Amino acid sequence: MMKYQYYPGCSLEGTALEYNLSTQALMDSMGVELIEIEDWTCCGASAAESINHLLSLVLPARNLAIAEKQEDIRDILVPCSACYLNLKKAQEKTQKEPELRDRLNNILSQDQLELKGSVHVRHLLDVMAVDLGPDTIRPRVKRTFQDFRIAPYYGCQCLRPYPVFDDPEAPRSMEPLIEATGARLHPWSMGTKCCGASHMNTHMEVGIELVAAILRGAQGADAILTVCPMCQMNLEAYQRKICRTRNEDLHMTVLYLPQFIGLALGLSEKDLRLDLNLSITDRFRKKLDMS
Amino acid sequence: MQPLVKLFVNRYPETISERNEKAFYMDTATDLDRTNAVVTVSDDLAPVQEMVRACIQCGTCTASCPNEFAMDHTPRQLWRMVLMGQKEEIFQSKTFALCSACYYCTLRCPRGLPLTEAMDALKQIAAREEISKYKDSVQFYKNFLKSIRRHGRVNEMEFMTLYFAALKNPLAPLRFASLGLRLMLKGKVSLLPPFTRKRPLESIFRKVEELEERL
Ligand code: SF4
Ligand code: SF4
Repeated sequence: MMKYQYYPGCSLEGTALEYNLSTQALMDSMGVELIEIEDWTCCGASAAESINHLLSLVLPARNLAIAEKQEDIRDILVPCSACYLNLKKAQEKTQKEPELRDRLNNILSQDQLELKGSVHVRHLLDVMAVDLGPDTIRPRVKRTFQDFRIAPYYGCQCLRPYPVFDDPEAPRSMEPLIEATGARLHPWSMGTKCCGASHMNTHMEVGIELVAAILRGAQGADAILTVCPMCQMNLEAYQRKICRTRNEDLHMTVLYLPQFIGLALGLSEKDLRLDLNLSITDRFRKKLDMS
Repeated sequence: MQPLVKLFVNRYPETISERNEKAFYMDTATDLDRTNAVVTVSDDLAPVQEMVRACIQCGTCTASCPNEFAMDHTPRQLWRMVLMGQKEEIFQSKTFALCSACYYCTLRCPRGLPLTEAMDALKQIAAREEISKYKDSVQFYKNFLKSIRRHGRVNEMEFMTLYFAALKNPLAPLRFASLGLRLMLKGKVSLLPPFTRKRPLESIFRKVEELEERL
């Protein structure tokens, strides 16, 4: 049985609850065991690195140090791209710079923790595309999505600056997973464009501009798939405002990748918590009910 | 659910008028446009200069930046300003504040410079120096950190409330009100702080403060 340590991160306990539950439901149905890191804490999100560099490294390092105590499972699965990058950055930097690791350990020793550098941080998409892969998914597909055209949206931080499992400029890792469900790919160039991250909170007018361009690029698709709670929120939550202020119909269904793959594997909408999504269009709903 | 919604509405009384919201949205004056006061920065630019020392002014960073359209100086110009030590212009400009950490420039810079980190370093200086133009962003980040220092994990409702209070702008919550309500109705945000071990990050925060003198 495949096992991973699991770092859900703060968003997945709140605004991205359906990402958390659909990831767990999907993994469970594929016989993958997730073991949540005990007493995990916030990775610092984009806040810590905007205020203090040392803090931005020690917050993720704390979680890595706790994960290292579980010696038999080396890989930490992280669904949130922002958490993933923060944890990954702490892992990469402490591996390259032993002095930095000593500095962080000096702080962590307050809580009797020590970072040795033995765990690997893995994004959910990495695990789904590489460890599981389309060949594991295809034979389990119970419901095919032939009539669906899907736009894969990767965003930034699962691809850049660390190109681990995909091309950071022209990623394709989601494509075979989508095709395994019978769906077609929406041809577009917006899959790696930035959603503005926390601009929606600090510079909304700029964030709106970036999101509108992505939603426009997705027109013609049935849904956008995301792999990050911040991307998901930015793409789904401001659609009414965007359409209203620009007099343009840019409504678009936005789902998390494990929700869509989960549907194909026959998991129920209830288990995948589609009721929590903020932007499922009537058109998509009808098509889904007919499939 | 009803009492929760009521609590939210009481907290932000002007909330639900769509017309108000639209009016506010059309006129979102951010911290960036507010003042043109002279900026004095005592912090050392040297560490940032070190990061971009090898810049050849090719402009790849500018061409890659999704936020360049909203910036007053392009990223390429900003790195030049950093190397010239033009502190006042740098912190008068909104360029660094508009970096959304997409890492395109870092990926593509032909000199392999850590440009996103250099942007972060400028944000950190602006936060330490309490640059007034950058105040709202700093409030956003600081209140986020306040919330995780308290609970170990962020409580979205608490931190947005702290943020709005700190902005001292009675209209600010309007931008988020309808979204806040929708999230609350779906049970995605809670007014209650998360239930975790008491202040699990306190010792770490304290130690960082001690090492860095201040946060
Ligand atoms: S891409 Fe790199 S070398 Fe080119 S202008 Fe930007 S910082 Fe300088
Ligand atoms: S990392 Fe920041 S500065 Fe660089 S391209 Fe992205 S938004 Fe622009």
